[in-house]
Amino acid sequence: MGIRFILMVNKQGQTRLAQYYEYLTLEERRALEAEIVRKCLARNEQQCSFVEHRNYKIVYRRYASLFFLVGVDNDENELAILEFIHLLVETMDRHFGNVCELDIMFHLEKAHFMLEEMVMNGCIVETSKTNILAPIQLMDKTY
Amino acid sequence: MAGFSVMDTLFQRTLDDLIKGLRLQLMGESAFLSKALDEIRREAKSTDPDTKSAALLKLTYLSSLHFYDMSFAAFHVVELLSSTRFSHKKIAYHAASHSFDDSTPVLVLITNQLRKDLTSTNEFEVSLALECLSRIATVDLARDLTPEIFTLLASSKVFVRKKAIGVVLRVFDRYPDSVRVCFKRLVENLETSDSQVVSVAVGVFCELALRDPTSYLPLAPEFYKILVDSKNNWVLIKVLKIFAKLAPLEPRLAKRVVEPVCEHIRRTGAKSLLFECIRTVVSSLSDYEHAVKLAVVKIREMLVDDDPNLKYLGLQALSVVAPKHLWAVLENKEVVIKSLSDVDPNIKLESLRLVMAMVSESNVAEISRVLVNYALKSDPEFCNLILGSILSTCCRNVYEIIIDFDWYVSLLGEMSRIPHCQKGEEIEKQLIDIGMRVKDVRPELVRVSRDLLIDPALLGNPFLHRILSAAAWLSGEYVEFSVNPFELMEALLQPRTSLLPPLLKAIYIQSAFKVLIFCLNSYLLLRGDAASSSYSDKLVPDVPGLFSERDSVGCSDLASCDAPVEAELDEGFNPRDLNQSFGGLSVEYGGEETSTCGQASASASLKDSFTHESITNLLNRVELAVVPLTRSYDVEIVERARNVHCFIELIKPQMPDCLVQKEESSDTEEAEASKIIKLMHDAFSNDLGPISVSAQERVSVPDGLVLVENLEDLETICGDVQLPSLNSFSHGSSHFEEMAGVSIPIFQSKEEPGPSNECTSLLAEHRKQHGLYYLPSEKKDGDYPPANDPQLQANSNDDEDLAKLTEQLLVSKKKPNHAKPRPVVVKLDGDQVPIAAGPHSQEDLLSGTVRDVLLGSETKPTTRSSTKRKGKEKLNVDSTTESKENLGDVEKQDQGNSSTRKSKPHTHSKGRRHRSPGKKGDEGEENCQKAKPKSSGRHKARQRADAPLNVVSQTPVIPDFLL
Repeated sequence: MGIRFILMVNKQGQTRLAQYYEYLTLEERRALEAEIVRKCLARNEQQCSFVEHRNYKIVYRRYASLFFLVGVDNDENELAILEFIHLLVETMDRHFGNVCELDIMFHLEKAHFMLEEMVMNGCIVETSKTNILAPIQLMDKTY
Repeated sequence: MAGFSVMDTLFQRTLDDLIKGLRLQLMGESAFLSKALDEIRREAKSTDPDTKSAALLKLTYLSSLHFYDMSFAAFHVVELLSSTRFSHKKIAYHAASHSFDDSTPVLVLITNQLRKDLTSTNEFEVSLALECLSRIATVDLARDLTPEIFTLLASSKVFVRKKAIGVVLRVFDRYPDSVRVCFKRLVENLETSDSQVVSVAVGVFCELALRDPTSYLPLAPEFYKILVDSKNNWVLIKVLKIFAKLAPLEPRLAKRVVEPVCEHIRRTGAKSLLFECIRTVVSSLSDYEHAVKLAVVKIREMLVDDDPNLKYLGLQALSVVAPKHLWAVLENKEVVIKSLSDVDPNIKLESLRLVMAMVSESNVAEISRVLVNYALKSDPEFCNLILGSILSTCCRNVYEIIIDFDWYVSLLGEMSRIPHCQKGEEIEKQLIDIGMRVKDVRPELVRVSRDLLIDPALLGNPFLHRILSAAAWLSGEYVEFSVNPFELMEALLQPRTSLLPPLLKAIYIQSAFKVLIFCLNSYLLLRGDAASSSYSDKLVPDVPGLFSERDSVGCSDLASCDAPVEAELDEGFNPRDLNQSFGGLSVEYGGEETSTCGQASASASLKDSFTHESITNLLNRVELAVVPLTRSYDVEIVERARNVHCFIELIKPQMPDCLVQKEESSDTEEAEASKIIKLMHDAFSNDLGPISVSAQERVSVPDGLVLVENLEDLETICGDVQLPSLNSFSHGSSHFEEMAGVSIPIFQSKEEPGPSNECTSLLAEHRKQHGLYYLPSEKKDGDYPPANDPQLQANSNDDEDLAKLTEQLLVSKKKPNHAKPRPVVVKLDGDQVPIAAGPHSQEDLLSGTVRDVLLGSETKPTTRSSTKRKGKEKLNVDSTTESKENLGDVEKQDQGNSSTRKSKPHTHSKGRRHRSPGKKGDEGEENCQKAKPKSSGRHKARQRADAPLNVVSQTPVIPDFLL
């Protein structure tokens, strides 16, 4: 499975984007997000970006007011996931131009679309910003 | 729709409006959302696709971020899927992949729509359908759409092809037979020149190989090529993961990849790739010393880095390498121990794990010392983590690493006193366990217990109550080792024991009872012996601990007759204080001491304390403490207190008489009191042993008792069982009676369910409910090991046992402390129960099919689906079964052969593989001979048909590639 879920959560702990790659019921999702947010947001800058949770681990990174949290299997490469988060932010930055929380709130489906280009079935399938954004830009033009 | 006007459409709230409204929060979030949801419900029914799609967009948003159930809209989603407009389709697919799961009923309706979109000329539509399928594919969808995916796997558009590869993982997972169709094309994609496609294909193989590495060994050459040639770090990481799984299966493969991996370690600047290489080396290539050395150098760099991430991962890598190469951890000992005080709890935890990995027989004391110091400084949570890991490491494999139990027991005592300690339950368990298993350590246990018991402050900490109850039990059970039973009695009856929960308080009373019996018995013996003036001979078998203990202290004091008091003060034993507390005994005591100290033993002081007056005082003291308790509200306490009270009532009137008569030596009345005391003493001095986990199995099943094989629902029942054990009526306490030996025929009552006190309504009800699973009660209580192992008990003759113990004690005392041999630790065969891992049927099915494909069976299993699994297990006619059964060497050879034929039609690889048939001739033949008789029937025939003549001479892929 590799990546199990990707969350974007703001400082207040409100989820701004949630993408799951395994099926969880809404209640399970709610509990999971609450638990993870509590665990990760309490940590400070001097602490490492990895948190063990249940039988997997969470790799997270903070950009301004937004936390990017990725739940991965235990044998996943944490540093690669950090790079993946950074790639995601860079990609959104390129598309929205200096991306902020509001961009993601009001263009959630675009953010999802980018994620879908990057990750499939929990596997990272595309890592080139140009390739990721090409279909979105094309769609922006045509539709 | 009736009542749905243009106006509604015109003024429909868009998603943006919804979000803005949420942000404004004019009317409270929940009210706002429920209103919005009402609108959505209405709009979703609209016939206008724009309205519908806007509604579904909003709904998906609310569902994914505010957890609103959107299953009611499932059908509307399906409706919108068929829209011709891409923007609608996009919303519908997103909604579907977000909300559908295997049980969504409308899933059966979308097969055709998906098929249509998969074959669409618009690559974005195809992509949408593939994305959606990768999330929601069910067995049926995967089966029905396999042909379309097969086509797309060879699509000329890279954009589509890579997504088709991505979706394969889910399709294989749900419908393993699709492997037969798609696997070959998947492998082809691994070999294309397009880096995007290769990247996705490697990702898919990585996931597949993680689940079942063996099946993908034949593809090792392809992976190797990527490992050497690729410049893409993402791909390299995935390939390394694959090799990490494959290398342990095939030593020659490990030998081959170790160099390229090391090369990557030396060259790469990317930390993620470097870390993956390190992880591969330490986990899978740890037999290659130079590679491990290189990796450890890099790990060290990570450990000293300022980045907490690298530090954390470095520690993690070390803990992987630790079991095989402990030197790597020892080399970095300072960094690891320093990390125990890191600001990050995760790093602290990781370093704690590593420190525990370093523990061995020789350094356990040193490390525990360091850790306990850290525990004192740490926050409560980490403190308890430290204590927990010390406890679990030390008790592993029946205290395997502990040599000096005296040290360990005093460590347990020390740990109990750490302010944040919440490990009461575990310490309690170990104290009692050690007490029962290790005879030699009992004196020290009693000493540690005494130190805990006499401290009134400890009773105020509820986390320590369990430890205190263990201490109380130990000092009662092994009271013969006690330096000063009177002091012990004081401690057990101190007023602050009222802070204990009733059940534990009952244990205190029972222990006090045992101490009392011991004192009375010793007193009687003493009197009798004094009269017959040969007491030391008699005392040895009956009170061995007392004698030897005293003896060892006394030997050093032989020279100065008046020294014993001072010497014992050092040990924390103060007879003067004690005797004062028993009412002006000190004068008498002092007088007697001078008269007895000439007897070459400091034990005089203790023996002399068993005077008529001290015993009477003791009886009074106990009576005073116990009588109020007989009016307690808790049955356990009442029962224990009454036992003690009745006993005192019984003994007391006879006490003065029997003393007088005894001194005058012999009368008939004397017998009565001392008989009772002897009887009680004998009952208490029965040694308790640890009980085997498998003890239950040794009890033969009575006739007419039906045991159920499948105990899956036992867990739920056990959940209930915990409840009554907290109740004072429960069985949890019944064992205590048995231990105490209040009822003499304990052994008979042990194995039978018995009509003891399980007739409480709760249990009766429970029994009625789960009667099938009811076992004799002793299995359920966790407090103290409840019973004597009948087998152990059978061969342990009391007197012999005690004599042996004395011998052991004397022997061990003579030797210097540091060279003390490890005491005997009683082990039972059931102490380590291997846990069998359950097989994963789903994975087996998939890997079976993959192997099947690699083996080259081309039959179309048209109607096979999950129902076929049963058949496979039963009958041997199916080729899948064969491949499953012929695992191991033979299998690898077979795979090798077939993958050459089947999955690699490329000339270059063929040439490479056929290079050296001569070299491998013998081995190949040998293996084929082995393989032949095993592979039977259809399978064999097929193999022959596929590769008519060169089956024998063909060299297997892997070995050829490797050599």
